[in-house]
Amino acid sequence: MASALRQNAQDDAREVTARTGGEASVLSLVAGVRARDESAMAALYDRYSSLVYAVALRVLGDTGAAEDILQEIFLQLWRKPAAFDSARGSMGAWLSVIARNRSIDALRKRKPETDIEDVVLSVEADFADNADRGRALVKIREVMRTMAGPQRSALEMAFFEGLTHTEIAERTGEPLGTIKTRIRAGLLSLRAAVAG
Amino acid sequence: MAAHEQFAEDLALYALDALDVSQKTAVAQHVETCVACRRELESLRGDMALLALSASGPHPPQRSRDRLMSAIAAERPTVASERAASSGWFGRLGWIAAALVLVTGALLVNDANEKNAGLQREIAGLKTKTAAQEAELERVRTEFAAFQGPEARSVTLEIPKGQPQPQGKAIYVESSGKLLFVANNLPALPDDKAYELWVLPSKGNPVPAGVFRPDAKGSGVLVNPPLAAGVSATGFAITVEPKEGSAAPTTKPMMVGLVS
Repeated sequence: MASALRQNAQDDAREVTARTGGEASVLSLVAGVRARDESAMAALYDRYSSLVYAVALRVLGDTGAAEDILQEIFLQLWRKPAAFDSARGSMGAWLSVIARNRSIDALRKRKPETDIEDVVLSVEADFADNADRGRALVKIREVMRTMAGPQRSALEMAFFEGLTHTEIAERTGEPLGTIKTRIRAGLLSLRAAVAG
Repeated sequence: MAAHEQFAEDLALYALDALDVSQKTAVAQHVETCVACRRELESLRGDMALLALSASGPHPPQRSRDRLMSAIAAERPTVASERAASSGWFGRLGWIAAALVLVTGALLVNDANEKNAGLQREIAGLKTKTAAQEAELERVRTEFAAFQGPEARSVTLEIPKGQPQPQGKAIYVESSGKLLFVANNLPALPDDKAYELWVLPSKGNPVPAGVFRPDAKGSGVLVNPPLAAGVSATGFAITVEPKEGSAAPTTKPMMVGLVS
């Protein structure tokens, strides 16, 4: 049992490493993009496209639509590299939130409401290298795996399906207040797991 | 400084865009003014990113990478055309060959491809529109950058007393002649009248600096009206003039502001 879990953790870490590429400085790549260096852009794409695509595909469930989101986000990054504020968190975290928000916009068939310049976030955890990212992913998946079913379900409905808390309450038959509490507590438990 | 507890749950929902519209507006307004809640919101977005990391799936297909790099290459504005212009007959033959390939390919397309081409044209049109909007935004940013520079001088124009007070603010860059003027609480005017802004130079008569009519709330704006560069302004004034404007003030100034 323990060895199976360890194997899963190693697989997760390897997956993140594969998904995020090597360890060349993100800042130097962003500087390259600012200088209109297409190879720097290609390197950023190689590093983060799997993450963005995975989020978009999870939300949209359609490879063509997910590819469109991928294209749209990286083109925006090419056009506005200054929108990324490295002081606030990792590029992977930033891109993944943009990917989720854009995908939800597409899911709701509405005009994109999220400009990459408007997404400001901060992540306490340091994802400076692949090992950090791998460890974080292992913890995140463990938290999600052990989270109570109704809480995980509320969180995923809000995050991956873009439902409002009212819609979630209607779907689950739970009181609004319960849904609110579950969602916040779910997010905080992720934060605590990665910080710990 | 801790985030407000009464907003704690709503902040999490706001980060996820899972609030209903009226609640969303209330949280947005609060976050505008509360630093602690804004920081907590940013942290919650960070937590969202952790949740995003839990998503896994196949890698994107190679065609996505090719598509992106082609789109980026297509945004190179002049290099390709310059190369074509300087490449002589070999280059032209290359282009002709490419054109022949395209024509041959075009003859082979089926209905599905034609639909695809239509979509591509639509996408290209949207891209052009987006590029034009971005260019316009950049132009506006550039224009406004001058008003934040060390040379920009800010002058407040107002009537001495009374309620509500009409007020104007002029920001002027002498060397370039750039001028931004914003006014509020202006009385409404008859249809045939307008307000006219004047630059009061150190020597000579007032220089007309644009005509405007206030909106329903009494606000008006002038951005870079035609004005010669290098006019040394000692102040600004507003008068009521015929709607087409006057070459020299015909009424007493209703607002005056002097450069301090």
